[in-house]
Amino acid sequence: MGGGLVRIGVTVFPGSNCDRDALHAVELMGAEPVELWHADADLKGSDAVIVPGGFSYGDYLRPGAIARFARVMGPLEDFARDGGPVLGVCNGFQVLCEAHLLPGALLQNTHMRFACDRVRVRVETKETPWTSGCENGEELTLPIAHNEGNYFADPETLARLEDEGRVVLRYLENPNGSANDIAGVCNEGRNVVGVMPHPERVSDPALGSDEGLKILRSVLAEATV
Amino acid sequence: MKVRVLVRPKEGILDPQGEAVRGALPALGFGGVKTVHVGRLIEMELESADDVDAMCRRLLANPTVEEYEWEVVS
Amino acid sequence: MNVQETYSALGLSDSEYHRILELLGRAPNFLELSLFSVMWSEHCGYKNSRPLLKRFPNDGPRVLQGPGENAGVVEVGDGWALAFKVESHNHPSAVEPYEGAATGVGGIIRDILAMGARPVALLDSLRFGPLDEERNRYLFREVVRGIGGYGNAVGVPTVGGEVEFSRAYSGNLLVNAMCVGLIRTEDLVRSRATGEGNLVVLLGSKTGRDGIHGATFASDELTEESESKRSNVQVGDPFAEKMLIECCLKLLEEDLLVSLQDLGAAGITSSASEMAAGGGVGIDIEVDRIPRRESGMEPFEAMISESQERMLTVVAPEDAEEVLALAGRYGIGGTVVGRVADHGDLRVIEGGEVVGSVPAEHLADAPTYEREVVRPAYLDEIAKLDLETLPEPDDYNEVLLKMLAHPNLRSRRSIYGQYDHEVGTNTVVRPGADAAVMRIKGTKRGFAMTTDGRGRHCYLDPRGGGAATVAEAYRNLSCVGAEPVALTNCLNFGNPEKREGYYQLAECIEGMSEACEAFGVPVVSGNVSLYNETARGSIYPTPVVGMVGVLEDASRHATPAFKREGDKVVVLGGKMRPTDESPLAGSDYLEIMHGKVAGVPPKTGLTAEKRASDLVRDMIRSGLIDTAHDLSGGGNLVALAEMAMAGGIGFEYDELEVERTNKSGRALEILLGEDGADFLIAFREERWDEVQSALSGFAYDDIGYTGGERFRVEGLVDLSLDELRDAHERDLFGIPGEAVGGSEAVG
Repeated sequence: MGGGLVRIGVTVFPGSNCDRDALHAVELMGAEPVELWHADADLKGSDAVIVPGGFSYGDYLRPGAIARFARVMGPLEDFARDGGPVLGVCNGFQVLCEAHLLPGALLQNTHMRFACDRVRVRVETKETPWTSGCENGEELTLPIAHNEGNYFADPETLARLEDEGRVVLRYLENPNGSANDIAGVCNEGRNVVGVMPHPERVSDPALGSDEGLKILRSVLAEATV
Repeated sequence: MKVRVLVRPKEGILDPQGEAVRGALPALGFGGVKTVHVGRLIEMELESADDVDAMCRRLLANPTVEEYEWEVVS
Repeated sequence: MNVQETYSALGLSDSEYHRILELLGRAPNFLELSLFSVMWSEHCGYKNSRPLLKRFPNDGPRVLQGPGENAGVVEVGDGWALAFKVESHNHPSAVEPYEGAATGVGGIIRDILAMGARPVALLDSLRFGPLDEERNRYLFREVVRGIGGYGNAVGVPTVGGEVEFSRAYSGNLLVNAMCVGLIRTEDLVRSRATGEGNLVVLLGSKTGRDGIHGATFASDELTEESESKRSNVQVGDPFAEKMLIECCLKLLEEDLLVSLQDLGAAGITSSASEMAAGGGVGIDIEVDRIPRRESGMEPFEAMISESQERMLTVVAPEDAEEVLALAGRYGIGGTVVGRVADHGDLRVIEGGEVVGSVPAEHLADAPTYEREVVRPAYLDEIAKLDLETLPEPDDYNEVLLKMLAHPNLRSRRSIYGQYDHEVGTNTVVRPGADAAVMRIKGTKRGFAMTTDGRGRHCYLDPRGGGAATVAEAYRNLSCVGAEPVALTNCLNFGNPEKREGYYQLAECIEGMSEACEAFGVPVVSGNVSLYNETARGSIYPTPVVGMVGVLEDASRHATPAFKREGDKVVVLGGKMRPTDESPLAGSDYLEIMHGKVAGVPPKTGLTAEKRASDLVRDMIRSGLIDTAHDLSGGGNLVALAEMAMAGGIGFEYDELEVERTNKSGRALEILLGEDGADFLIAFREERWDEVQSALSGFAYDDIGYTGGERFRVEGLVDLSLDELRDAHERDLFGIPGEAVGGSEAVG
């Protein structure tokens, strides 16, 4: 890699809401934000990609079910296969599961309400490009805002995730019924991470906390390698 | 032709909507309801039913957590 | 049907029909009659309220746009401005609560978008009948789901609001939605159409039969028949709205629009006629070109349809191609449906023929009605309140817990937890404080918003209640450190054709105006919802105020939560009033503990209120204090408990005896009385000298210290924070009487 800022792409699907928040956080962490429109044919030289939260395609049919077929997902899937760092946040996590870049699925919260709150989570592994800046077992307070955050996978898959240390974040107090209190997971290659909480919402001291930068900033070291 | 697709949660998957409906029915005076599952109905008008299975597997249902069935209705 | 039956069925009176004959110089055809019927409905035409609304002061140094446009606009500083407005969606929500609330949110967002502003915040003011009735629980649950379902999906954070439960709203719920948008002052857009030959382009979703005669529906009292009108209620599509917002903002950024107007009540008819009347021009609409969602629609249906997620624009012909291309990129519809003409009419053209033509200014100028303002007899009856018979409670612990558990005082967390209040990463003070505070990226500045209503107070004393409503909003903004700038209002009242209803409307407006003048806060936009009554009676007169304030430095704000152990707590307030103005009159204590709604609450001392509010704000701005709370329902006792719970720090109220001496009153009035001008502040003890200095000339009492795990009031109250929370944090959506998580929910 040459000099210059790390380029972090943020995908924008029709209905994404947190793309602007993610782009702003990327700026705050000293990287170059790159908007990736859903109909784009390539990732514009991004070193890492964030698939942000929101309601892509209105969450119609199932959250992320339609976004996974967007044109930009082709290049994104190639990028992921080649080991590029990808972070799916909330709806982004849902899109990555629908696209089978991550195992499992996000179901409706068991209490059946939209949940917007700040929750305590624990970083379970620093062996991903998005958590390498954290400590194993580090506790963070992150915002959640979702209707379908209840992580599900069949028993074999869950066992594999645990055995292989691929649970990335775990809730200290489960807000949605997720299996094994899982708040985030990674793929076998450990380069694709999906999390339900929103690190980009706590990346600015003006809003009272920048704990989220611990997650986001991690990728800067990875992407320049 | 018209095709009707029914998508429902797989057996064993927690179905909170189904549970909520099952709990609400007795309160309205309807007894004897043992189980309730809530799913989705998709109706399509198309030229041929050849690809319906593929449509279900790729988009209309999430095979990880849902199963589907479909029939031609006219 | 004969002519009289036709226009009556459309909601027009005999005199209105005759006026139409006069204005046109001929009989209108059915299409033209339909256009008048929606434009001259109470909801669109403001027939009974316009003369009274003139009373509101509309000017101020920061006002960039007052009433008359889609929203009011005020300057913030650094070239930024805020566009905001509140609107009701009461009648549709009563019949289909989820969609009624959702489309209410959608509609108010479009009003703000029509000014060229990006919507950045939502607030909701809601009122329902008591929760011990299943019907009200259903309405409440579905309205909240609808607000969340739409607001969350469209990506605008819902950061504040209020909810109240009272028998007065049984059968007549109130759903008022407020939206605030951010815009650069030079980018402000107006809706007036200009330029003969310019094209009228319809953006957004297809047009169906939604809400046909919804405008007239909103002006009728609710009957069993209304339930059957359910199919007329509009269904919202927040995804379509999100794309519409992004597309319109892009079009404005690229300078491709001459003007912009949202489509709300009375659809294309109201938008086009208002755009034309505003610009002194005419508009031709080719009704065939309107994209339809249903087949076999008549021209009048396409013209008055209230299908959601549509905007009307005026575009120069050379820009039309680019506008349509951009609409395509955002996946929304874009169609040329007409053009600007110089004839001054709204003309409907079908198949090349003019099938209806009405001067736009007449459509936009409904007849107004002024009635006699006569004081109704009930006011003297309910004023009677014998306080001698109101003894001090035996057990203040029980009183406090019962009040905290009451749905009107309980924590609202179970509501705002269903709203995404952080999307946009601009929310500095989240729901749960006295007002919401947001920041403006790229500056140090911030703004604050609150919605407030005082229906019971307005019922007991319309003029006093109106003033007190404005005062409460002013206090709430001051308590977070914001300088109130302007307000929007939604006037929810009963039938103005009845003496009681009209008196309440006129007097509330008068009281509000007096307060606006005293506080220097003008009215820049608003909405009126009348006929909120059923056979059982009218709602409380409920003007809802949505007030906006500015902070030069968003980081210099306060919240009610106690911040540290060992902070001093001071109550800033007036002396006790003479006994004929009891602070318990019309109070929550009276209603919750004694089931009474009676007495005339103390009149707001406007000058004193302003001075105290301004002082609290100055202390926050200078960094002297970071903890402040104004009191309302439940008086000081509930306010202090709220501060303790929010901060997770206990409180020791140990100067009650001294305060009682100073105020020569009973503990009951001091702790639970609701007398506006009281504020509670907390600060580090080492700053006591500075605080005392700032407080000179004001009446205040130093009442105790924060600290520990218990909430104590000298000999009267001794509870743990857990006990307080157990009462306060019960799920509002639980079923009264049923055990909720181990503790009993109180209905």
